[in-house]
Amino acid sequence: MIEQILTPWRWQNLFADWPVLLRAFVVTLEAAVLALLLALLLGIVFGLMSSAHHRLPRAIARVYVEFFQNTPLMIQLFFVFFALPYAGVSLNSFTCGVLCVGIYTGAYISEVVRAGIESIPKGQFEAAHSQGFTYLQTMTLIILPQTVKIILPPLVNQCVNLIKNTSVLAMIAGGDLMYVANNWATNGNASYGPAYLIAGVLYFCLCFPLSTWARRYEEKLKGQDVQRVTADSAGKEATV
Amino acid sequence: MLDYLSGLFTPTILVYLLKGFGITMKVAAIAILLSIIIGAILGLVRSYAPKPLKKLAGAYIEWFRNTPNLLWVMVCFIAAPLPSDWARCAMAYVLFTSAMMAEIVRGGLNSIPKGQFEAAHSQGFNMVGTLWYIILPQCFRQIIPTMLSQIITVIKDTSFMAQVAVAELLFRTKNLMSIFYNVAGRQITASDVFLLFGFAMLLYFAVNFTLSCIVRYLQKKNSISGERVAR
Repeated sequence: MIEQILTPWRWQNLFADWPVLLRAFVVTLEAAVLALLLALLLGIVFGLMSSAHHRLPRAIARVYVEFFQNTPLMIQLFFVFFALPYAGVSLNSFTCGVLCVGIYTGAYISEVVRAGIESIPKGQFEAAHSQGFTYLQTMTLIILPQTVKIILPPLVNQCVNLIKNTSVLAMIAGGDLMYVANNWATNGNASYGPAYLIAGVLYFCLCFPLSTWARRYEEKLKGQDVQRVTADSAGKEATV
Repeated sequence: MLDYLSGLFTPTILVYLLKGFGITMKVAAIAILLSIIIGAILGLVRSYAPKPLKKLAGAYIEWFRNTPNLLWVMVCFIAAPLPSDWARCAMAYVLFTSAMMAEIVRGGLNSIPKGQFEAAHSQGFNMVGTLWYIILPQCFRQIIPTMLSQIITVIKDTSFMAQVAVAELLFRTKNLMSIFYNVAGRQITASDVFLLFGFAMLLYFAVNFTLSCIVRYLQKKNSISGERVAR
């Protein structure tokens, strides 16, 4: 593989096909953005449910989180892609990938949101209630704005995980970067080295700025004494 | 119902699937052990070593942490200098997970006050002694929950091996769909497929759920003892 990376003609071949790779990169970006939107939506809804008063929404959120965090994304994906057609539900591979990655990451984001809400002192809920705020008002006007600062680093880390996880589209021929790089390498002239290296570099360019920003921001938060305890507890979820 | 289940999960099929789960756990165990050791070393180097080494460890960690694990499975499957398929895949997990572990270790080291080094030094500990006896034990106690979560991720990610046709649990589950007629002597139905996938999910879930219960227990314990110290 190393000799391949050092062979110029393999790179020439690769760059001759650059529109194919660019298209694949765009597919990866599209999948990541759509999955992130879905994951944020699910994450906030289930995060709120798991910090609710009543037992039922808490239980539903718990089941969602435990199921999706404790089974592999791949098996969820294969189930939707290969098993559901037996029940008459066939989705194309891109939709399948976005749905699965979104729902999977949603479980992690809901835990992040929950940790954020729990880091807000209970007195604030009581104070808001005593001033006549409804549940929705308390959450949107008082609690969630305060949690943003705390949950941002773990949230961005989850976003990085999501981007990396979109590569599972490759396993169901989803036309994403990983799939096309692998396909190009296999079908062409076995130029694995350059193809994988380019794929790695492109993923790196997406993920590195995000994860570095998250780390710096977290360190800055930890530097501020007041936030220390809360940032710590949210930070623990970050690397999950 | 019971007849149907025992007709589906015949000993042949059960053994076939459980052998796959064995490969899953074997690769996961090796990857976890090695990556904790390598990750701890990398984390220490990145925090305390002289600058050039620090930069080198940082580059390794950032490069592997910010690229998909699946990519490394594919790369190592083709290029790693190891004899068997599963060992080559295990190497991919070690590469990727050791970078993740290093970040976790670094997070733990960050939380240890600098004064401890000075105190240990004043008591005559050398650098290795300080790290081994004083810094690492505190660090590990703090990061064990996070580390366990990463271990769960490794166990889940072993299913990437299905992509390179290593016969682990997920690969075998999917493979059963195509060889079902030969194994069971009848056409596969929707409920067969769902039950086979359900069984595989259950196996993964049983292991990972146990681990995540331990994570939650430890996190609770940690946060309680943390509060006590704060007071």
